[in-house]
Amino acid sequence: MTDQAVSVPRRESPMLRVVKGLALIRESPVGMTGLAIIVFWVLVAIFAPLLAPFPPNQPGLPLQPAGGAALDGGIYWLGTDQLGRDTLSRIIYGSRQVLLYAPLATFCAYLVGIPMGLAAGYRRGLVDDILSFIANVILSFPVLVLYIIIIATIGASGINIVIAVTFASAPGVMRIVRGLVLDLRNREYVFAAETRGETPWRIMLVEILPNARGPLIVDACLRLGYVVITIGTLGFLGLGLPPPDPDWGKMVSELRQFAIVDPLLAVYPCIAISSLVLGFNLLADGLREVSLRD
Amino acid sequence: MDSQAKSFDGPVLECRDLCISYFTRAGEIPAVIDFNMTLEQGGSIGLVGESGCGKSTVAMAIMRYLGGNGAIVGGQVFYKGRDMATFSEEELRQLRGNEIAMVYQEPMASLNPSMTLGRQLMEVPLCHENISEEEAYKRARQMLADVNLPDPDRIMSVYPHQISGGQQQRVVIAMALLSNPSLLLLDEPTTALDVTVEAGIIELIGQIAEKFNTSMVYISHNLGLILETCDRVNVMYSGVVVESGTVTEVFDHMRHPYTKGLFGCIPLPGASKTARPLVPIRGQLPLPHQRPPGCYFGPRCDFFQKGVCDREGLGMTSVPNEPGHDVRCRRWQEIDWDSYHPEGVGAGEMEPGEVVLSIDDMKKYYELTDNSIAALISGKRVRYVKANESISFDARSCQTVAIVGESGCGKSTFAKVLMGLETATDGKVVFNGKDISQEEVQKRTPEQIGSMQMVFQNPFDTLNPSHTVGSQLARVIRKFGVEKNKDRIEQRVMELLDLVKLPREFARRRPRQLSGGQKQRVGIARAFAGNPTTVVADEPVSALDVSVQAAVTGLLMDIQKTYRTTLIFISHDLSLVRYLADRVVVMYLGHIVEQGTTDEVFAPPYHPYTEALLSAVPIADTSVEKTRIILEGNLPSVTNPPSGCVFNTRCPRKIGEICETQDPPVVEPTPGHQIACHLSREELARMKPVIVMAEEASPPAAE
Repeated sequence: MTDQAVSVPRRESPMLRVVKGLALIRESPVGMTGLAIIVFWVLVAIFAPLLAPFPPNQPGLPLQPAGGAALDGGIYWLGTDQLGRDTLSRIIYGSRQVLLYAPLATFCAYLVGIPMGLAAGYRRGLVDDILSFIANVILSFPVLVLYIIIIATIGASGINIVIAVTFASAPGVMRIVRGLVLDLRNREYVFAAETRGETPWRIMLVEILPNARGPLIVDACLRLGYVVITIGTLGFLGLGLPPPDPDWGKMVSELRQFAIVDPLLAVYPCIAISSLVLGFNLLADGLREVSLRD
Repeated sequence: MDSQAKSFDGPVLECRDLCISYFTRAGEIPAVIDFNMTLEQGGSIGLVGESGCGKSTVAMAIMRYLGGNGAIVGGQVFYKGRDMATFSEEELRQLRGNEIAMVYQEPMASLNPSMTLGRQLMEVPLCHENISEEEAYKRARQMLADVNLPDPDRIMSVYPHQISGGQQQRVVIAMALLSNPSLLLLDEPTTALDVTVEAGIIELIGQIAEKFNTSMVYISHNLGLILETCDRVNVMYSGVVVESGTVTEVFDHMRHPYTKGLFGCIPLPGASKTARPLVPIRGQLPLPHQRPPGCYFGPRCDFFQKGVCDREGLGMTSVPNEPGHDVRCRRWQEIDWDSYHPEGVGAGEMEPGEVVLSIDDMKKYYELTDNSIAALISGKRVRYVKANESISFDARSCQTVAIVGESGCGKSTFAKVLMGLETATDGKVVFNGKDISQEEVQKRTPEQIGSMQMVFQNPFDTLNPSHTVGSQLARVIRKFGVEKNKDRIEQRVMELLDLVKLPREFARRRPRQLSGGQKQRVGIARAFAGNPTTVVADEPVSALDVSVQAAVTGLLMDIQKTYRTTLIFISHDLSLVRYLADRVVVMYLGHIVEQGTTDEVFAPPYHPYTEALLSAVPIADTSVEKTRIILEGNLPSVTNPPSGCVFNTRCPRKIGEICETQDPPVVEPTPGHQIACHLSREELARMKPVIVMAEEASPPAAE
């Protein structure tokens, strides 16, 4: 060993690696379709003030059909609601709410579910029994009833939606993480970490969790889709964001009362919801497909 | 077609210039190139080679079952004189069950877990022939008896998980034989089994060839097994056959440098780490899409000559006077085969030092709580699994102590107690002057942990795929407090990579960019990060290819010599143990049955179990004669071990009731050589060696 200069290994940042991994999605047409839909909605949300022809809460001619003309010469491309607010503008502004609260709620569900799953899967025994019991109790409630109870208790607001969704989805996340950990904890690198006396939390977070990321990313995409539906459902039930802010679910519920006038009025926000959900599901499918290849 | 095919008397199978490719994202990848083989009726051909050489692909191509992305891109396969490309789908289906049968490595994967074995066996004749249920039952039962399964009636009525792995493999072979196939393809049929069980299966395969006149293609990475089962052998390397011929030709007068290299890598009797060390083949197997021009073995070959070996269009040439012995090498005639003995990596003499690790009457029991009603009534709710019973031995510095035994003998539990993942139930484990038997790893000091580390078995599992090699090594260095400063840690990581002879750039790589052998080297580097005095190696090379095995073994001994480390070498591979161990401890069902120096254990007097183990090991040397001892029965369950001597249920030398009732006394034929057996000293002294080299065997024993 001569005194040659030690080449210092450059560290690739973990973020960069995840991005690189996700870039593989290019090879899946299904995944790219999903990604395109999501990117479309993200752009819509960002540039809402530029795209929307009317302010979202400005009243005008009520219950206009699609393509009807406004008093100031503008066109209601997707018609108006009972207060004369432009449906298109409200869908555009509504995307901001969905795209803010759905990822936030999913993130929180993971934040709670992952440590629970890690602890249950790695520690096993009593910890596992207790955590799994709690998860089973929560999961055995009908989801809607659970949401109604939570929102009715703590009131309707954006942050309460996040709390409700976290409460209802964290057990599901926990179960997935637990299953993954049960497999990964028997790997030899985990034994190696144990034999050098690493603390359990370090083993869970550094040795086990990074290796579970693949399935978890796929699950997160699927779960985002479910959360979009959940937020829509809550809005439909009147448990979503307080009025007058535009909310896709609430729009469906309001406009469906006027199906006699024009059945199509309620369909437009439905299309918005389902397209976003479809986007997330296709992306999840694509990611799974790519990750299953070598 | 059927009657004509059954009565055909030419070669059963002929492959002519067979080329097989897989089509992937990266394009066409040739898996097998220019493969020729002729299998006569009743003959058996071995395909031998390291992983990735295309031997299984050949078998799948013969079955015409290459999956979605594989295809035969050139050449033909003739089955009984008829080109298989002309068979229709329906004919192929008939052929697969009826004429050609295949046995895979993992018996559980070939059996349906939700059907009784009898039902599964009966399906074969019911599906292919027009016979009654009773007739099918009779045939299936008879076949089970033919593959030497005890109590065929019981086996007919049970599910696959209710019998042992060796029995499962026998059932799979019975299933393959039921349709009376003309050709049997065996793809590593014993790799998943213990040696003593393997010996039984190998004996069975030999009998099949005689009894049923079945032709066989036997695929294995183990040259010793090929010697015991086949009459011809094809040695494959990176998709091509490099040498083919009869077993004696290829084993005794190999004419290809790769074959020669392969034999230099396996620890044959006579090889030893001091006198005749193993010679690893340098370099690595080329990836299928990065094969060098000309001879694929060129870059790793000692006889490589520019302009000769890297010319394209390398074909097989025949060895004169040995018809059927072909070699794919341009220079084989120029090589002086008799004087070619490449230098190996020897360890040299090592003088063992003071006692580092002393295990005294160590016991490890696991508690099982039985909640059944019967247990509640009888009051026997807690049962003990005696994983380790009265383990005692010493290990000195610079010494290699091998712990040998089959699966379930308690080797791994013992390692766990040493490493502090479990605490001992009783007894002492004195390490560097301190009893650590009751100290879990969290209670040990970083120095204590760092001075006893472990090398793991599975190279694909030993490194965390999410972190770079460098960061994993750095973590260990920091954890053991060897270095604190960031730059010094990096310096130390580089030194460790140098130590295991890996390029320094590897610090930045992720485990999936490394080959199996390289990963195992990193695993060794990790174990040596804390300057350990003792390293526990749990089957460190059993998952590696032979050529890599030799290199990793050599490296391990090299480092051991530098640091005067004590090596606890856990293994089931007796050839390797004989090669590198100084002392051997033989375990069976948690008990030590024999221990002593390597020479003492490998020479008579033996414990009957050691004797059986030794005879079961396949040896790739035609000059070696072995006594055949096939153990009957299965390994008993650890939850319910036999009384008296634990080996009494399978012991071929059982002397009577005393074996079942009394614990065997420990006999010391020579000081330090301990055998736990009821056999008298005289009987032990009368034992003959199991393995005899031909030269030594010639003078008749004086008796």
